[in-house]
Amino acid sequence: MSWFTQTLTSSIGKKLLMALTGLFLITFLVIHAGINAMIFYNDGGETFTHWGHFMGTNPIIRTLEIGLVAGFLIHIVDGLMLWKTNAAARPIGYKVSNPSANSTWYSRSMGLLGTLLLIFLVIHTAHFWIPNRSNQFATGEELNLYQMMLDIFQNPLVVLIYVLGCISLFWHLLHGFKSAFQTMGWNHIKYNGLVSFIGTAYSIVIPLLFALMPISIYFGWVS
Amino acid sequence: MSAGNMHIKLKVWRQSNTNKGGFEDYSLDGVSPDMSFLEMFDVLNEQLIEAGTEPVAFDHDCREGICGACSMYINGRPHGPLRGVTTCQLHMRSFNDGDTIVVEPWRAEAFPVIKDLVVDRDAFDRVIAAGGFISVNTGNAQDANSLPIPKEAADDAFSAAACIGCGACVAACKNASAMLFVSAKISQLALLPQGQAERSIRAEKMVAQMDAEGFGACTNTGACSAECPKEISMVNIARMNREYIGAKISSTAV
Repeated sequence: MSWFTQTLTSSIGKKLLMALTGLFLITFLVIHAGINAMIFYNDGGETFTHWGHFMGTNPIIRTLEIGLVAGFLIHIVDGLMLWKTNAAARPIGYKVSNPSANSTWYSRSMGLLGTLLLIFLVIHTAHFWIPNRSNQFATGEELNLYQMMLDIFQNPLVVLIYVLGCISLFWHLLHGFKSAFQTMGWNHIKYNGLVSFIGTAYSIVIPLLFALMPISIYFGWVS
Repeated sequence: MSAGNMHIKLKVWRQSNTNKGGFEDYSLDGVSPDMSFLEMFDVLNEQLIEAGTEPVAFDHDCREGICGACSMYINGRPHGPLRGVTTCQLHMRSFNDGDTIVVEPWRAEAFPVIKDLVVDRDAFDRVIAAGGFISVNTGNAQDANSLPIPKEAADDAFSAAACIGCGACVAACKNASAMLFVSAKISQLALLPQGQAERSIRAEKMVAQMDAEGFGACTNTGACSAECPKEISMVNIARMNREYIGAKISSTAV
């Protein structure tokens, strides 16, 4: 193995990959939430469609999208690899354990929360991204994503799945954001307060914004 | 304090080479609240020996909280319910009369059980041997103040050097990760001028050995630091990550 692959496959290297891809996905969520929040203009989807069209057709964005898919894949595969090595590090568990005495449940459940998010991601991309890109590939035309949202979020079960996805996202980010900085070695008395504040605020605002979208459409606040 | 008035029930993990292990129940009278947890085990073992049965094997040495020999996973926590305390410095007054106390060995692939509550922690020694040392020339010791060291650096290095290598961090971590231990050992040398000569190769080799021993990776839950009897800070893990990544990027070792 070269020094490079050796580094990335070491325990710290795998953690670093999780942190870097995690923070990359966090920046993506800002864009995603920002553009989708255009539906709250409640202008029949005009602003939303304008920006959706830009994101779906701009060549620079479309190129970056390859990086985004790669970011997701690396984060998922690396996470599963870490899950495997971490489980192997304790093949025989304790009969009596009291982990809540020393750590939060969500920090210990990043793999579980990540798996829930992966299931949500499959459902979510099957709803919008995959049909839209397939149609673009086949006909060159974009689908009317706004109308699709209005239709899909009439189903209360779908709304429930999306809200549960957002709740999983909240807990995943609440630990993940701060954890990424610690893994990158960014633990410093001058910045810890800032990282913690932004991490908590981000973890609340972004999932809440996302959760409000299916809820607002279901209850007809946005139409 | 009144002596010898507690009744304690114990569920202790018993294991030898010939079996896969399991809990044994013991009932103990006349336990003084002033006894240390290990002294309570001494009382139990005296009774077992008098009864002609095999005493419980457990690690212990200094019994004053500085050697790192004692272990024991007590009621689901390494070194028991108190913070910043080793098992030998835990006293029975931390428990109530009539309590049932569950005692298990450290659990990690890298810490195999030798017998009962004794685990093999040689993996830590091999991590140290991989790079946890400095080169010192022989000859006269140089003047004590010839190497200026900032007070803060000396304090941080000392805090990291407080690690006694007991393995509670591994025992507490959901991934059985040794990163708090390894990061303390890397930090105490990286912070001081004496540690600079081997600084980058040390980080590379100690982390590589840590991985080879089969310890898990870090999820930053903070359980290790919370359970550490010497309260080693997570700041050290962040420093180790910087040391390791910096060394991998810049060292000439390929």
